[in-house]
Amino acid sequence: MSAPPSEAGSHHPPTLTAHLRATTGVNVAACYQCGKCSAGCPMAVETALRPHDVMRLAASEQRERLLAAESLWLCLTCEACTARCPNGCDPARVIDALREEAAHQAPRAIGAFHRSFLDQIRAFGRSFELGLVMTYKLRSGKLTQDVTTAPGLLGRGKLKLVPHPIAGVSDVRRIFRACEKEEA
Amino acid sequence: MARIGVFVCHCGENIGRTVDCARVADALREHPGVAHSVDYKYMCSDPGQALIKQAIAEKRLDGVVVAACSPHMHEKTFRRACAGADLNPFLCEMANVREHCSWIHEDRARATDKAIDLARTIVEKVKHNRPLQTIRIPVTRRALVIGGGIAGIQAALDIADGGAEVVLVEKEPSIGGHMSQLSETFPTLDCSQCILTPRMVEVYQHPRIKLMAYSEVDAVSGYIGNFTVKIRQKARAVDASTCNGCGACTKACIQRKIPSEFDERLGPRSAIYVPFPQAVPNTPVIDRANCAYFKAKAKGATKAACGKCAEACSRGAIDFDQQDSFVTEKVGAIVVATGFQLYRIGADQPQGLTGYGEYGYGTVPDVIDGLQFERLASASGPTGGKILRPSDGREPKRIVFLQCVGSRDPAKGMAYCSKICCMYVAKHTMLYRHKVHDGQATVFYMDIRAAGKGYDEFTRRAIEEDGARYVRGRVARLYRDGDVIKVHGFDTLSGEPLVLDADMVVLATAMRPQPGIEALAQKLSVSYDQHGFINEAHPKLRPVETNTAGVFVAGACQAPRDIPDSVAMASAAASKILGLFSQAELEREPTVARVDTGLCSGCFHCERVCPYGAVERREIRDRKGNLLKVVAEVNPGVCQGCGTCQATCPSKSVELDGFTDQQIWAEINALAL
Amino acid sequence: MRIGYYPGCSLHATARELDESLRAVASALDLELQELDDWSCCGATSGHATNHLLSLALPARNLALAEAQGHDRVLAPCAACYNRLATARHEIAADAALAARVARVLERPFANRVTVANLVEVLRELGPAITARAGRSLAGLKVACYYGCLLVRPAAVVGFDDPEQPTSMEDVVRAAGATPVAWQMRLECCGGAFSLARTASVVRLGRAILDDARRAGAEALVVACPMCHSNLDFRQSAMLERGEKPLPVLYLSELVGLALGIAPDTLGLQRHFVDARPLAARAAAEVH
Repeated sequence: MSAPPSEAGSHHPPTLTAHLRATTGVNVAACYQCGKCSAGCPMAVETALRPHDVMRLAASEQRERLLAAESLWLCLTCEACTARCPNGCDPARVIDALREEAAHQAPRAIGAFHRSFLDQIRAFGRSFELGLVMTYKLRSGKLTQDVTTAPGLLGRGKLKLVPHPIAGVSDVRRIFRACEKEEA
Repeated sequence: MARIGVFVCHCGENIGRTVDCARVADALREHPGVAHSVDYKYMCSDPGQALIKQAIAEKRLDGVVVAACSPHMHEKTFRRACAGADLNPFLCEMANVREHCSWIHEDRARATDKAIDLARTIVEKVKHNRPLQTIRIPVTRRALVIGGGIAGIQAALDIADGGAEVVLVEKEPSIGGHMSQLSETFPTLDCSQCILTPRMVEVYQHPRIKLMAYSEVDAVSGYIGNFTVKIRQKARAVDASTCNGCGACTKACIQRKIPSEFDERLGPRSAIYVPFPQAVPNTPVIDRANCAYFKAKAKGATKAACGKCAEACSRGAIDFDQQDSFVTEKVGAIVVATGFQLYRIGADQPQGLTGYGEYGYGTVPDVIDGLQFERLASASGPTGGKILRPSDGREPKRIVFLQCVGSRDPAKGMAYCSKICCMYVAKHTMLYRHKVHDGQATVFYMDIRAAGKGYDEFTRRAIEEDGARYVRGRVARLYRDGDVIKVHGFDTLSGEPLVLDADMVVLATAMRPQPGIEALAQKLSVSYDQHGFINEAHPKLRPVETNTAGVFVAGACQAPRDIPDSVAMASAAASKILGLFSQAELEREPTVARVDTGLCSGCFHCERVCPYGAVERREIRDRKGNLLKVVAEVNPGVCQGCGTCQATCPSKSVELDGFTDQQIWAEINALAL
Repeated sequence: MRIGYYPGCSLHATARELDESLRAVASALDLELQELDDWSCCGATSGHATNHLLSLALPARNLALAEAQGHDRVLAPCAACYNRLATARHEIAADAALAARVARVLERPFANRVTVANLVEVLRELGPAITARAGRSLAGLKVACYYGCLLVRPAAVVGFDDPEQPTSMEDVVRAAGATPVAWQMRLECCGGAFSLARTASVVRLGRAILDDARRAGAEALVVACPMCHSNLDFRQSAMLERGEKPLPVLYLSELVGLALGIAPDTLGLQRHFVDARPLAARAAAEVH
C-alpha cells in the first residue's frame, strides 16, 4: 500500500509515485512500457513525450522534467490511451494530475486559453465565446488569429455580442473559491 | 497415571533464540503425567531421535510430545522413531513452538510462557490418544489417462512400458492433439508429424493400452488405488470393428465444404470424415450436425435423405442407428492431460474475459492465429505448405506478427504469460522466410522470453539470419484498408509511432485450458485456478500431483507448456504412478472418521456434508434377518479426515480418530488451567 | 416521454443548430425537453486540466439542480458536457471521500441520483419512432458516422456502446433511412478544445478524418459533438487542398430532422460554414 506519508511523521515530501497514487489511484509502477497507449495517441507525432514516456518518467521520479514538459499540455484527453491500456493504468488521468501540479507552467497559448475559459464561467456562470476569444487573444498575444472568421460566425448567428450572467452566478463563484482553497 | 515424555527442540537458533528451551523442559517436567522432559539442540538429528528411543525404553513411556517445528515438517520422523522403540506411532504428537511461537514473537519471556502452554496442551491431548493402526488399501494396477495429445500419449506409453495397463480416453475422433497440427517444432525445426505419428501408432498397437477415442469421462468415484470411472463412448455411426479405414465413405459424402477443425477452418472436410490422414484410430465418424441423413431425420423425415456413405462402404460398417454407449473401468490412478485451446479475440467471451475490439473482434479477413499459420505452413495443410492468405489465395509479402494477444493483458482477463508464443512466433518468421524469400516478417513484442535449451539462440537466429524485424511495442489498433491491413504500433525503442501495411497478420493468442475443464476437475475433486488450469499439489516439490491422491496432471492443462515440458511432466506422472503401482497395498494415515453404530440414529447429515463421498449406509439386522435400522458407515479408504461429519452429527456418534472431542477438550482445558 | 435538458454553453452559441434541430426533432417525436433552470457551465477541458475538484463540482451543481427540479435523467447533447457530467457522476459514486469533498464545496443537497444521457443514446431509443415517421427522403444518402472520443470513452463511465466497435450512430442513421458507410477514423480525436490554441493540430487531425470519410464514399459527416462540428465544419476550409470538394458536416439531430421532413432552416442548416443545404434540397427532391 502506498498511502501518502503522514504530515507530522515525515521529513520528506511524498514521492511523485506516491502522490499520483493518492490523488489519482493510478500505480505508475504498473506500467510495463508496452507502448500501446502511444501507438494509438493522436498527438504522438507532435509531442516529445508520449503517454508511455510520461508514465516512465513518473515511475522514475522525474518530477521537474515532467512538470516543465510542454507535452503535458498537448494531450487532448481523448482517452484512447486509457481505454486500451492492458494493465489498467490511466495515462490520461495521470497527465491531468500533472497538469494540475504544473498549472503555472503551461505554455502561453494553452494556459491563456484555459484561464480565459474559466474566467468566463466565473464571470457569467457560463462560457461566453466572444469574451473568451478576446481575453484569449490578449493573454496569448495572438491578436490577429481568426480575425477573418469572426464575421462568418456573427453572420450565422453563432456569436452572442452581450453576455448575460445566470441567476446563480454568485453560487458558481463560491464553488470556484471553495475548490481553489481545497486544492491549494 | 500416564508416563509421557516431553522433548523440547532448539532447532539450532530457530527456536532457541526466542524460547528458553531449558525452562520449557523444566516446566513440563513438573506437569502431571510427565515422566521425562529434556531439551536438545536438534531433536530431528540421529542423536536427537536416539534420545527419544532411549527414553521410551528406559522410562517406559506411554506417550511422546515433541515440542519443535510444524508437524508438516517432522511428524513422520518422530513417529517413525517411536515405532522403532515399539511405541505405537500415533501416541506421538508435536507441539509447534517454531511456526506458532518462536518465529512470530520477539519477547523471550512471553514466548517461553507460550511455548510451555503449547506443550502442555499437547501433553493433555496425548493422555487421551489411543494406539491406531495404519490403514492398508489394495491397489488396482491400471491407469486412466484423460487426453490423447502428446502429454497423454507419453504418459500412456511410459506407464504401459512399465508393465501396467492403461485406458486412454480422447474426446476427439483421433489422438494426436495440437501437436499433430503443427508444421515444424522449435528450436530444432523437426517435423512435428514425423516425430509424433510413430508414437500414435505405438499407442494403438500397445498390448497394454486400451484406446478409447471419441469418448469422454462421464463420472468418477472411489479413491487412490480404487477408482471407478464411467466413460461415454460417443456414437461414430461407424462400426469400428468392421471398418477397415479404406476411405470410400468420405469420398462418397455429398457434404464437402464443412470447415475442418483440424485445418483450423482454413480447409474443408466431409460430413463423414477422419480428421487427418494419419489419424489413430483410422475410423471415420459422422458429424451429425452437418450430415444430410441426420439433418433430415432431425427435421422429422421418415425416408433416408442420403445414404451415399453406406452405399460406398463394402463392409457394411455404416450404422446410422448407433447410440452413445457407456463403459465402466476400474483404475488405481488417473492422469489429467486435456491440454489447451487458443483464446479467440471475438466480442463473444466467457465470463471474466474481453475480446479485442481494437483488432476488429476477429472479423478482419487475413488476421489469423498461430495454429492457423501452422496449418498454412504444414505440408499436409490446406495449401500444401504454401503461405497463402485465406481471403484471396495471394502470397503475402508482408506479415505482421503480434505477440501477447490476450496473454499478459489483465484488461482482457489473462494476466499470465503463455510461454510458448515467443518461440513459435520466431519459428513462424523463419518458416515464412524459408518459403517466401522476399517476404518481410515484422514482430511486435513486449519481451522475448526464450529461456530453454537452445531457445534464445533460436530467436536470435530469426532476427540475425532470417531477417525478422522485431519491434518492441504493443499494437493499438488494426483494420482492413482496401487490400491491406493497417497496423498502428509504436516502436518504444526508437520512440517512433509506426503505421505498417500488412498483407496478413498473425496473432499469438493466449493459451487457455480446454472448455469443460471445470466440470472434469469437479468430477475428479481436483482444484483449478481462476483461469481453469489444474492446480498442482505443490508448485515446486509436487509438480505433477494434484490435491487428490491418485490423480496426476501433465501438460498444458496445468499451465501454458511447450512440448518438451509436457513430455517431461507426462513422464514424471508416469513414474509417480509406476511407483504407486509397485506397492502391493497402500498405507494411509488412520486419522479417519468412525461411526458408533449403537448411537447413530441414521439421520445421514454426515452423508450430506461429506465432501469426499466417504459415508455409506449399512443395514443392521437381528439374527433372524429383520431390519433393525440403517446406520452411517465411513469408508476409511475414501475419508480424508476433515472432521466435517464429526462437527455435524447431532447424536455425537461420529468421532475422528486422533482428533476426538475428548482430545480437543483436553487441549482446551489445559489452556484454561 | 419527458427528460431534463442540459444544453450547455455551445448550444446557445456556436452550436445553436444542434439546439434548434434537437428541439424540432423532439417535438416531432413527442419527447418533452425540460431545460434545467439556472444551469451553469460544466467546466469542459479547462476545468479538468487545471483543477480536478472543480471539474467534478461544476457538473455536480447541474446534477443537483436536475435532482431538485424532479428529474431522474438528463440529456446533455454536447458530447463534451455529456462526458464531464457522466464522469463526475461516476467518480462521485465510486469514491465516498471524493463525494464528501464535492458535497462540501457544493453546499446544496445532492444524492447523485440523476443519470446522464447523450444525444446518440436518446435518438437510438427513439429509433422505431424515427423509422415510423421518416419518409424515404434520405434513401441512398451515404454518410460517415463520426463518434470522436468523448461519446465512447472511457467505457467504464459512458458504456452505452462498444468502445472500439460502436454501432449506435449507424443504427440511428439507418432508422432515418440513410446509409452509413464503413470507415476507419470514427473514433480518432479531431483535436477537441485545441481549435483556438493549437489550430495546426486540429487541421492535421481533421484532414485525416475528412480524407478517410471521402475515400469511403461518404457525402456527409454526421457528428454528435459541438467541438467536433466546430473543428470539422468551421475549420474545414483550412483542411482542404485546392480544388477539393468540401464535405458537409451534419449533427445527427439535423439528419433525423431532414428524415422527418422538417424544414432545413428550422434545423439551423443555414448556420453551417460548409453549405449543407444542397444535401437537404436533394432530400426534399427525393420526396417529390
